[in-house]
Amino acid sequence: MTLQAGVPVDRSRLPEPGPARLFRFPPIERSVLDSGLSVWSVTRPRSPVVTFLLLVRCGSAADPPGLEGLAATTADMLDEGSGALSAIGIHEALARIGAQFDTDIGSDAIAASVTSLGRVADRSLGLLADIVARPALADADFARVRELRQHRLTQLRGNPGAVADRLFLRTLYGAHPYGHAPGGGEASLAAMTGDDVRRFHARQIRPGASTLIAVGDCAHDRIVALARAAFAGWDGAAPDPAGPDALPPQPARLTIVPRAGAPQSELRIGEVGPPRDTPDYHALVAANMVLGGQFVSRVNLNLRERHGFTYGARTAFDFRRLPGPFSLQVSVQTDATIAAIREALGEIADVRGPRPIGPAELALGVAALTRGYARNFEAAEQIARAAMQLALFRLPDDYFEQFVPRIEQVTPEIATAAMARHVDPARLSTLVVGDADRFHDALPSLDLGPAVVLPPDSF
Amino acid sequence: MNLPFTRHTLANGLDVIVHEDHACPIAAVNLWYHVGSKNETPGRTGFAHLFEHLMFEGSQHYDHGYFQPLQGAGATLNGSTNADRTNYWEVVPANALELALWMESDRMGFLLPALTEAKFENQRAVYHWVTIGEPADLEAARLDDVQAFFQRYYHPRNASLSLAGDVDPDAALALARAYFEPIVPGEPVDPVTAEASLGREVRVLLEDRIELPRLYLCWHTPAMFAPGDADLDLAADFLANGKTSRLYRRLVFEERIAADVSASQNSRELAGFLQVTATAAPGHTLAELERVIGEEIERLADGGPTADEIERGRITAEAQFAFRLQTVGGFGGKSDQLNAYNVFTGNPGYFDKDLERYRGVTPSSLSDVMRRHLLTDRRVALSIVPAGRTDLALPGSIPAVVS
Repeated sequence: MTLQAGVPVDRSRLPEPGPARLFRFPPIERSVLDSGLSVWSVTRPRSPVVTFLLLVRCGSAADPPGLEGLAATTADMLDEGSGALSAIGIHEALARIGAQFDTDIGSDAIAASVTSLGRVADRSLGLLADIVARPALADADFARVRELRQHRLTQLRGNPGAVADRLFLRTLYGAHPYGHAPGGGEASLAAMTGDDVRRFHARQIRPGASTLIAVGDCAHDRIVALARAAFAGWDGAAPDPAGPDALPPQPARLTIVPRAGAPQSELRIGEVGPPRDTPDYHALVAANMVLGGQFVSRVNLNLRERHGFTYGARTAFDFRRLPGPFSLQVSVQTDATIAAIREALGEIADVRGPRPIGPAELALGVAALTRGYARNFEAAEQIARAAMQLALFRLPDDYFEQFVPRIEQVTPEIATAAMARHVDPARLSTLVVGDADRFHDALPSLDLGPAVVLPPDSF
Repeated sequence: MNLPFTRHTLANGLDVIVHEDHACPIAAVNLWYHVGSKNETPGRTGFAHLFEHLMFEGSQHYDHGYFQPLQGAGATLNGSTNADRTNYWEVVPANALELALWMESDRMGFLLPALTEAKFENQRAVYHWVTIGEPADLEAARLDDVQAFFQRYYHPRNASLSLAGDVDPDAALALARAYFEPIVPGEPVDPVTAEASLGREVRVLLEDRIELPRLYLCWHTPAMFAPGDADLDLAADFLANGKTSRLYRRLVFEERIAADVSASQNSRELAGFLQVTATAAPGHTLAELERVIGEEIERLADGGPTADEIERGRITAEAQFAFRLQTVGGFGGKSDQLNAYNVFTGNPGYFDKDLERYRGVTPSSLSDVMRRHLLTDRRVALSIVPAGRTDLALPGSIPAVVS
């Protein structure tokens, strides 16, 4: 600190931050039960809150063809009753201890979590086990859950961003396991039965594929004993996740999804990127900060600040077990559609062309990633979700400790080379959901070849 | 709740609250201005939210965007505006606390010298697609209007600064004093008073580009922390929060005529409003939903909640408090909550009293408050239907005009 009593502060320049204070990810203790269930715990003395998170390494990529949405529907059915508890009864039991229950599904995993006050930890873990290991999966509940999921799909048809996300995955991946959103589609939901859900649970949601993560003021031995009791009777290994499927050949460069009268166009621009275990992971994370990963990124400064086309534009690598999508996402005013596509494609292409990543902008991106890193590990649920990344992608124990130094080792040359290796401007696909009549005539000026026109309800 | 803090009022009237928590090497800076859309006058709306944008565009001694230096130092930052207040916050690595205080104080004390016509025009233009405020008002506004608004509301006497996290309390207070105490206070702001009431039922209708119709029912209710506020908060939960709620059970689970339903008591400084929202399942009208909602409100008001509901409501309130207080910054973290209590009650340590309100709710108090406030002939019923499907709206609804 530079202050002295009675001396006015110096407003001629911004104060420099002092030396960084050390951050350490709390240690994780690990055990494996006889059933194959891994039990991890992070002890946080004096924390009044405990989170239990059960990770199942199986997600929507395991949906059988024609039954897209099965993993998500099964995940959704888990809390619809168990043993003597009805579908409502489960939630009354959770509410009686003030617990918050949540399920998430992605392409590679299902996560079910319960957060509660620490003093009711045994009951909240018991309920999590009832839900995941012993769900009722009754036909009557299935019919209702499926109907609600169908209503949700209907509602999403009115949401151009959701339509764009869904069709963009399909464009990039075709019939590959990543080619559909976890929710599936109307036809696959209609084809699904209660038997499919029960079979999926019996085959895939097994302790051998699962890790229980506990974060709270709770000793590891006690967590293990509680878990052994709560999950007693749950057994079985799960099939190995699918290996890499063939990707479709080069998708169309330009896809238009007409939406008459839309005031804005939803744009998705991208291609299939690398998997989570790419050695270029840290370089790409840093490079993406420069391209479109933060407010002061090239893409946002161009599309929002310089041109005023949008409220915000971003790019992201969606790192998954298998090669995941890289995409630029933005919603722009309709009359700016063509210009925005041109600018966005230009920004991506420029990285390996005339404007390689420079030291100042990289330093800014690196600083944003590293200097505030500790704030990602405050709440019990944040720590549980961080530990989940280790379990899901089988990352080393020191992954979080090493994150900051490894990001700081990324140089402008390394970042630029990594982008050049994984993002090929000639392979980028552009998808537009918008009022095509208002920009159709100008599409050829983009030089992306003939546009494929998809109806919004395809797939 | 154990949330130790200190509070000092600087010579210029600014409250500085400090809470120590060394679990993570980060610090939260949270600044509330006691100004929101309630302080605006007809014909001059949208100013508070306009400032939320202008405050990120630079100040006299740093006349550039605020994101770059703060994000570069590892901060997250944001701001928000509601009817009652505007808040600005940064969560910084603990070593960048001074940077955040430098910048927050510069835009409190020295915003106007940097507020040029050009900047004003640019942010006003952005407004065409931000929905807060009347676009016409913002178009009519002149630079001196918004300067006057700033001078009246954005000064130390109308603000509260909260610092939480990995800080040394004495050093943090010294920093806050050094940066903020020289700022000249404005005149005290008189509290806004207004009565809100509705003498009849208002039914309005809006056609939009949606797939399923949605019904919003809304009643005037007591203000934040006023008698009845906690009762209605719990009543909203019992009616429509989650799968155990009465309306979820009937509309979604049993009769399956709705895709979703939710309710909340929205507590505000001058008055509250309780809102029930339900989306019809395909093939069902909003009148069907309205009938069931009416029946369940009546049943809860007449029969009162069950002992189990009351117990669940109390422990859920307690748990939610604990969940919110796991983070030092951001919306709803410890620094924000300390400021909320300080601004609205004058006591940053109001946690236990707040929780006590929920512990004090009884079946009869809840019934009584519901019967007084949730009257069918004193509410707004808004039907939003897919274009061309006005038949799905509540009968007798008047088309609304949206600018």
